[in-house]
Amino acid sequence: MSTILSIDGLRKTFSQGFIPRRKEILKGISFAVSEGEIFGYLGPNGSGKTTTIKCVLGLIFPDAGRIELCGRPHLDPRSKEKVGFLPENPYFYDYLTAREFLDFYGQLFRLAPDVRRERIPALLKLVDMERAADLSLRKFSRGMLQRIGLAQALINEPSLVVLDEPLGGLDPIGRKEIRDIILRLRSEGKTVVLSSHILQDIEMICDRVAILVDGRILSQGRLTDLVSEKILFTEIVLSGVGDRELAALGEPLSAQAGRTLLKVYDEARIQAVLDLVRDRKGNVHSLLPRTQTLEDLFVGMVRPR
Amino acid sequence: MTVKVIAVNTFKEAVRDRILYLLLFFAAAAILLSRVLAMFTVGDRTKIIKDVGLASISIFGALMAILIGTGLVYKEIEKRTIFTLISKPIRRSEFLLGKYFGLVLTLAVMLASMGLIFLALILIQTGALEGRLLLAILFIFFELVLLTAVAILFSCFSTPILSSLFSLGFYVIGHFSWSLETLVKKARPGLGKTLLRLLTAVLPDLENFNIRTEVVHGLPLPASLLLYSAAYGIVYAAFVLTVAVLIFRRRDFI
Repeated sequence: MSTILSIDGLRKTFSQGFIPRRKEILKGISFAVSEGEIFGYLGPNGSGKTTTIKCVLGLIFPDAGRIELCGRPHLDPRSKEKVGFLPENPYFYDYLTAREFLDFYGQLFRLAPDVRRERIPALLKLVDMERAADLSLRKFSRGMLQRIGLAQALINEPSLVVLDEPLGGLDPIGRKEIRDIILRLRSEGKTVVLSSHILQDIEMICDRVAILVDGRILSQGRLTDLVSEKILFTEIVLSGVGDRELAALGEPLSAQAGRTLLKVYDEARIQAVLDLVRDRKGNVHSLLPRTQTLEDLFVGMVRPR
Repeated sequence: MTVKVIAVNTFKEAVRDRILYLLLFFAAAAILLSRVLAMFTVGDRTKIIKDVGLASISIFGALMAILIGTGLVYKEIEKRTIFTLISKPIRRSEFLLGKYFGLVLTLAVMLASMGLIFLALILIQTGALEGRLLLAILFIFFELVLLTAVAILFSCFSTPILSSLFSLGFYVIGHFSWSLETLVKKARPGLGKTLLRLLTAVLPDLENFNIRTEVVHGLPLPASLLLYSAAYGIVYAAFVLTVAVLIFRRRDFI
């Protein structure tokens, strides 16, 4: 697969305040995104995710480093023809209606009137905003703005879609719908780069991730390679056995309504626990092997600092 | 093409701004007030109406250019609407010029509305219309074309309040800089005179666009003077816009 976005040695320092104090936000970032994948860019707040994205889109000029979009230098207007972007907490011209708004962005891409007439209703349908087509953006809720923002990012049928915190501020149903749209984009052959700190969402949809902490990429690769499939421990919920007896086999965590949550690290001891429950005529309510999650990996990386 | 799309959108934005109508209301009130002032005047009452009316159009036009112009670019950055725009295949210069021409279009429409009220009043008063009044309004427009460019320039790197003060300063200085020339004539030769000369060359001379006295009093207006004034406005505006684009091109949108 060919590379659609490559970033090499990106650095950016901001000077802030009346007496300028220099703050290095990006300390040499390099990664590449291949065509047709969903790439997750994660990091805690203030790690530099949005700054990286703004550099890619030409909103900020990096101090050093090279960015290539679709095989061209990123500031070349032609390279932006095939890029769609949804910023974090998007604000748009609130005096426009949804339809006028999409039409305006379509015109910026020099789309012909008949193309726009055809594409705008299709996009409104995709993001489920048909009923609000003629409502002014001023009256939109945050979730609605997010949806219309996504529609705006797709108006030029981009090959690369860059989404900055696309799932922020949405309710669970809204998040699922946006996730579904992102997966659909991949199935249409588009590449999606999304930044987030909501790890469950990233884990559900991303093929590859890069983890950014304090302006440096600490880890990147396929999700399956980063997160090991090894079972870390097994959680057993049981009842009818005393905590003292269980302590020898695992780590009894909580007891509620007569049920105990037991954490067993050694796989060989699981059978012993089950035997013990049978002997005491107790019940096993659930048995859940826990593998490493992205969250475990992420917390492990961020915490030592 | 992109400039046109942004200009039309800017026009939509400006005409949906309430401040515009507030200014238009006061402009209309000021123009109509000239009729009242005329009643207290001995002699040619029409001259007073023309004079006060044209001055009102000029001042309120300038206020519109400054108050809306200084907010336009700043608001885009502050409200982050610029993020989605600049990420599209448009040049930053196209964005800025689009904003500029959008506002110029708005001001043209506003001048036309104020002009209509004014001309209607003159028509009622005298029963006749003068083409030269239109010429005076056209030169007010040239002045606004320049003033808008200045407002946009300041708005590229400063907050609306500061930009408004700077632009207002430009407007006031521009209307009084002609008095420097008198000072140059009276100054003794030397360093002081050279510095004053330099200052008169750099400072804008907005009185170039003021042909109201000639129009009101029926004095001759040579074509060469008119051409020079129009060219002065356009060249000065182009220069200011170039500086604005140069600043805007290097800006980071944090």
